[in-house]
Amino acid sequence: MVPTNYYVILSAILFGLGVFAFIFKRNVITIFMSIELMLNAVNLAFVAFSQALGKLDGQVFVLFVIVVAAAEAAVGLGIIILIARNRQTLNVERVDLLKL
Amino acid sequence: MRALLSANVGLVITIIKIALLLFIVLTVNAYLTWFERKVVAHIQSRWGPHRVGPHGLLQPLADGVKFLFKEDPTPAGADKFVYFLAPLLALALALTSIAIIPFGPDPLPWKVLGHEIYLGIAPLNLNTGILALFAITALGVYGVALAGWSSNSKYPLLGGLRSSAQMVSYELALTMSVVGVLLMAGSFNLRDIINAQARHPQWGILGWNVWPQILGFFCFFTAAVAETNRVPFDLPEAESELVAGFHTEYASFKFAMFFIAEYTSMITVSCLCAIMFFGGWLSPFPASWTLTHYLPSVILIPFGLWVIMDGVRYETVFGRLVLPGVGSVIAALGLAFIVLPSVNEFIQGPFWLLSKILTFLFVYVWMRGTLPRFRYDQLMAFGWKLLLPISIVNVILTSFVILAKMQWGAK
Amino acid sequence: MTAPLIVFFVLAALAVIGAISLILQKHPIHSALSLIVVMVALAGLYLLMGAEFVAAVQIIVYGGAIMVLFVFVIMLLNAGVEEHTSISKIAGAPGLLLVVALAAFVAATLAKSGASVQAATQTGALSSTKGISEMVFKDFVYPFELTSFLILVAILGATVLAQREKG
Repeated sequence: MVPTNYYVILSAILFGLGVFAFIFKRNVITIFMSIELMLNAVNLAFVAFSQALGKLDGQVFVLFVIVVAAAEAAVGLGIIILIARNRQTLNVERVDLLKL
Repeated sequence: MRALLSANVGLVITIIKIALLLFIVLTVNAYLTWFERKVVAHIQSRWGPHRVGPHGLLQPLADGVKFLFKEDPTPAGADKFVYFLAPLLALALALTSIAIIPFGPDPLPWKVLGHEIYLGIAPLNLNTGILALFAITALGVYGVALAGWSSNSKYPLLGGLRSSAQMVSYELALTMSVVGVLLMAGSFNLRDIINAQARHPQWGILGWNVWPQILGFFCFFTAAVAETNRVPFDLPEAESELVAGFHTEYASFKFAMFFIAEYTSMITVSCLCAIMFFGGWLSPFPASWTLTHYLPSVILIPFGLWVIMDGVRYETVFGRLVLPGVGSVIAALGLAFIVLPSVNEFIQGPFWLLSKILTFLFVYVWMRGTLPRFRYDQLMAFGWKLLLPISIVNVILTSFVILAKMQWGAK
Repeated sequence: MTAPLIVFFVLAALAVIGAISLILQKHPIHSALSLIVVMVALAGLYLLMGAEFVAAVQIIVYGGAIMVLFVFVIMLLNAGVEEHTSISKIAGAPGLLLVVALAAFVAATLAKSGASVQAATQTGALSSTKGISEMVFKDFVYPFELTSFLILVAILGATVLAQREKG
């Protein structure tokens, strides 16, 4: 069997990569995708602990996280479309003032 | 080497099964195109392919050779990686979905190297049978969307977006319409679903899921036709509307990959309809009518003899030699089933499943020859405003009936 | 080197390569494709752990719906290659080092935790789907209903946001 630590370390690595992408990428959509990557890393940790403890709570929570991520992605992408329409750009460094 | 092989006999058998099944599926695809062209032609009062071999039987071969030798241009400005990935993805996903389908209840009458060989690649206790299939279908949207986008051209982009929006919309109705069957069977495993329909072997055709789940069946079949982008839902790839939709800029082999992917998903959907709603490998006759076990032989022997007689009419090699050869093999098979009862029992399941699959494929092709296509807004309205509510109503009704049965059964 | 361990390393390598590719790719559509690879690899890992329902839901919802949404938006907005802006490369290098240090610190702490939570044997008694559905509909029924409200709110919000301005 694969020790649980391996899964959690992989989850930490993926989370770190997600944070890196969030901070250093300039395209708004890519930043949003890095948020999804971070959520996935957390899901992996949840399922790993659920398997280690033998209970199914972790997997139920993962389902809820996936649902919330779906709702958030829908609304977030709607906002991104509006930003793209109003500011004509997808570069976050140009969207840093409330003034158009 | 020999030790490695003997330790993993199960794996080796599975790999051989996969290779065999791939070969069979690709051949069936090729002859499905022939079947479609012939049937649509006869519906339209013409003959279809009839020159390339007796009855046009070599037409798929000619088409295959054509696809291999045509020029394969890449549009300027296309994103090369995605342009190459899209048909590959579509084909890989379509072919993977065949792995989940069980083709027969019993293993082969002989054991190979101590292992029983069941028909079907998936293991017997695959707990997420149908769910895995939906996962594969869900990923199939990417093949279409990426193909349309990467061609760097208007018509494919529009066609790809429309087609993927259509596939995503009908996916919901598809999955919801199956929930009724799953509630009745109590499991995702396809073998369990068929066994749940065999609870009353004396009912034969009346025990199948289609009678209690008639709403679910129509929802599923309609949604599946929309999912595979077939008429009447094929606006995104209609010739008169969008040139050829998302596969406009694809030629020769890549187009052939999309083509094969579409026909393979047709086959998968027909298998699913047969398994989930029409009893899979169960015979429509009650189990006590054992004379019907000779039906495969009764059908195969005259058909084989007819093929022999038809073949000798032609003067070509294919007609004089191959067709009578095939005919005699078919007739010999039919005779073998009468002579060997254990093989006859084994072949009952796959025979009924295959006939049901062929019936559904015929219905697919029949619809193509008969029905006009939906306009895009009608198509989306149909999916969201009609099919999805109907499938949800089906789930609610089924759950109420099951609950009522449980309450009355408890009393 | 048992078979599950080999499968784990293959899938983990795939996930990490996908995540790194997400960072390194210039076009957002390639980043989206890399993220899909990560999600499929994670679904494989969930299968390896015996969480088959979660794996299927991950592919169907995350891979088949959410990422499709991302891909649609990228296509609609015609997002192009990222432009060069004035971010200083000097700040990038220490940043990367710090992130690596953070991840290494977390990983080392976890690896050293002596009483490592050993993986329990496969849940053979209660199958994953049955167990999850019992929990969702009995213990967690209120959060379940709330998520349906959440989805309704998200649908309404997205519809309102996407409308064109009148007049």
